[in-house]
Amino acid sequence: MAQPHQSIGVAGDNALVSIQAVTFGYDSRAVLSNVSLEFDRGRVIAIMGSSGCGKTTLLRLIGGVITPQAGQILFSGAPIDTSDRAALYAMRRRMGMLFQFGALFTDLSVFENVAYPLREHTQLSERMIHDIVLMKLNAVGLRGAASLRIAEVSGGMARRVALARAIALDPEIIMYDEPFAGLDPISLGVTANLIRHLNDATGATSLIVSHDVEECFRICDFAYLVSGGRIVARGTPQQLQAAEEPEVRQFIRGEPDGPVPFHYPAVPIAQDLDIGA
Amino acid sequence: MSKKQIETLVGLFVLLGILAIVLLALKAANLASFSFHTTYPLLARFDNVGGLKISAPVKSAGVKVGRIASITFDNKTFQGVVSMEIERQYQFPTDSSAKVLTSGLLGDQYVGLEPGADDKDLQPGDTIKMVQSAVVLENLIGQFLYNKAAEPPTKQGAAQK
Amino acid sequence: MSEFIARLGRWALAILATLGHAAAFFADLVRNTPQCLRRPYLTTAQVHAIGNRSLIIIAASGGTVGLVLALQGYYTLSRYGATESLGLLVALALVRELGPVITALLFAGRAGTSLTAEIGLMKAGEQLAAMEMMAVDPRVRVLAPRFLAGIISMPLLGAIFSAVGVIAAYVVGVLMIGIDSGAFWSQMQDGVDVTKDIGNGVVKTIVFGVASTFAALYIGYESEATPEGVAQATTQTVVVSSLSVLFLDFILTALMFSTP
Repeated sequence: MAQPHQSIGVAGDNALVSIQAVTFGYDSRAVLSNVSLEFDRGRVIAIMGSSGCGKTTLLRLIGGVITPQAGQILFSGAPIDTSDRAALYAMRRRMGMLFQFGALFTDLSVFENVAYPLREHTQLSERMIHDIVLMKLNAVGLRGAASLRIAEVSGGMARRVALARAIALDPEIIMYDEPFAGLDPISLGVTANLIRHLNDATGATSLIVSHDVEECFRICDFAYLVSGGRIVARGTPQQLQAAEEPEVRQFIRGEPDGPVPFHYPAVPIAQDLDIGA
Repeated sequence: MSKKQIETLVGLFVLLGILAIVLLALKAANLASFSFHTTYPLLARFDNVGGLKISAPVKSAGVKVGRIASITFDNKTFQGVVSMEIERQYQFPTDSSAKVLTSGLLGDQYVGLEPGADDKDLQPGDTIKMVQSAVVLENLIGQFLYNKAAEPPTKQGAAQK
Repeated sequence: MSEFIARLGRWALAILATLGHAAAFFADLVRNTPQCLRRPYLTTAQVHAIGNRSLIIIAASGGTVGLVLALQGYYTLSRYGATESLGLLVALALVRELGPVITALLFAGRAGTSLTAEIGLMKAGEQLAAMEMMAVDPRVRVLAPRFLAGIISMPLLGAIFSAVGVIAAYVVGVLMIGIDSGAFWSQMQDGVDVTKDIGNGVVKTIVFGVASTFAALYIGYESEATPEGVAQATTQTVVVSSLSVLFLDFILTALMFSTP
């Protein structure tokens, strides 16, 4: 049975980022083999899969941090050329990235962290920067924490500060690397709502790399399931939940055993315990 | 720490460092007596330059008036050619003499200039005509022994005969 | 046997690869330095972190070394009745050798390790990657200012070390032991040359500054993103910086102070 494939909108035309037949790997192994994905404007898209399947690699390819061995990546129609630093930087100014643990600058305050991209890439006056930073912090609910040092900020709060920093320049695409990992239920809810809310309010495209199926399905419009360097499923949350392929079902349902085996490859247990065959 | 404070402290640090260098240069080294006077060259040919080294002082009446610039060997006359840089403010008559002297008994050697009586002065690039080469200790000892051997027998020895 | 030779070859190739990589890193650093001058405050802040913070240990060490040199020098010189030359002995030893070298070793230990740890942790915490993603070049913004700050700080620290040492020697030699103050200074001034001795000493500190700051930055940048990795990196910085400084000192001394 053919895999359900449905992009919201006309494929290609509405895609902000288009990954076309990309292969990437190191000498020893291929991380991604001939994958093609599309991310439409204004949508929240999730990239899911178990650890080490290549999800974060996709983000780094889009950000131009690494170069694919085959295929190309288009950002707003233009191919990403990692050798042209100036063009790459120009593209990155239209992207916002939220790292897994925030990656905040520990020697600056919360305010200074959010102000950083504004000070670097705009010529706005200090007054304007002050107002914009407070507005961004307000959007993530941390306006009162503006004067705190990074060491004084908890993990969940740090991620929100990092989010405020990522949206400081109103990027066209916001990429989230494991935004739900290790958060308590309240922070989880806060984060998920923020992602959805920001996306709708700013009209940006949001890309979430995560393996938290429940939270992703709550907020995303479309999802890709990556396994072993290939796309094994794509579709809306409803489509994926109804999918019948064993690989997809095991991941979505969280079943301990299935196509991804429970047991690490080993000889039969009778042999290991020296019991007669 | 505010930006202003940090900048001030760094400024102080740089100032302190420069002060240290200046202190060393003035108190510990010879900057104070660093002559910014221009110099002119004079030559002198010695049969033996002894232990003269480049930048050894040239003194007259015990006061430093210049430095040795270079020491070379003239293959035709088989002499050592010493080029000296003398400070422009000091002029010497054309019949001045140059000697290789030793500071102290066994110290570093330098060139001593003794003025002559001529009206005209040495011009830049001139060669000093009257020179006295360095005293070589081995020659001195050899000479002493030779003289001793050539002495007539002593009176005592004569009386005994 | 052939396995041993193969391993030796692999090891040699790895060393060559590291050297090449380090050379490329160095070239990058130098290339990005003029750009970082567009934001002078970055370098100023680093000079404060590297230089100002090292001031106390350098001054204290300079003082103690000066005291010890004066004492030891006095004991030896008094056997030959040459105690008047104490000032000359101390000044030459400090300005030519001990000032640059000891300052560089202390610098590697104090400032070098803090640079390595800082860069290593920034890399581990993805701060450098975050900067890249924000279209800010971390080499210009983070690495080059620290490199420049090290090159600026070292000569200043070296001069302070030597100056404090000479003053300390004066205190011991003249004020405490009773050597003639006039002889102390005049012998020194006679024997220490501004360009040859002090100038070369300053050149040495600059070279040492380049070497140890570069080593600290490179080792920190290439360190593993784990606590053990950063700890190992800081140790490596001290070892590599110290050995390079001593080796460079040998070469520079041979070049500068050999009698013609």
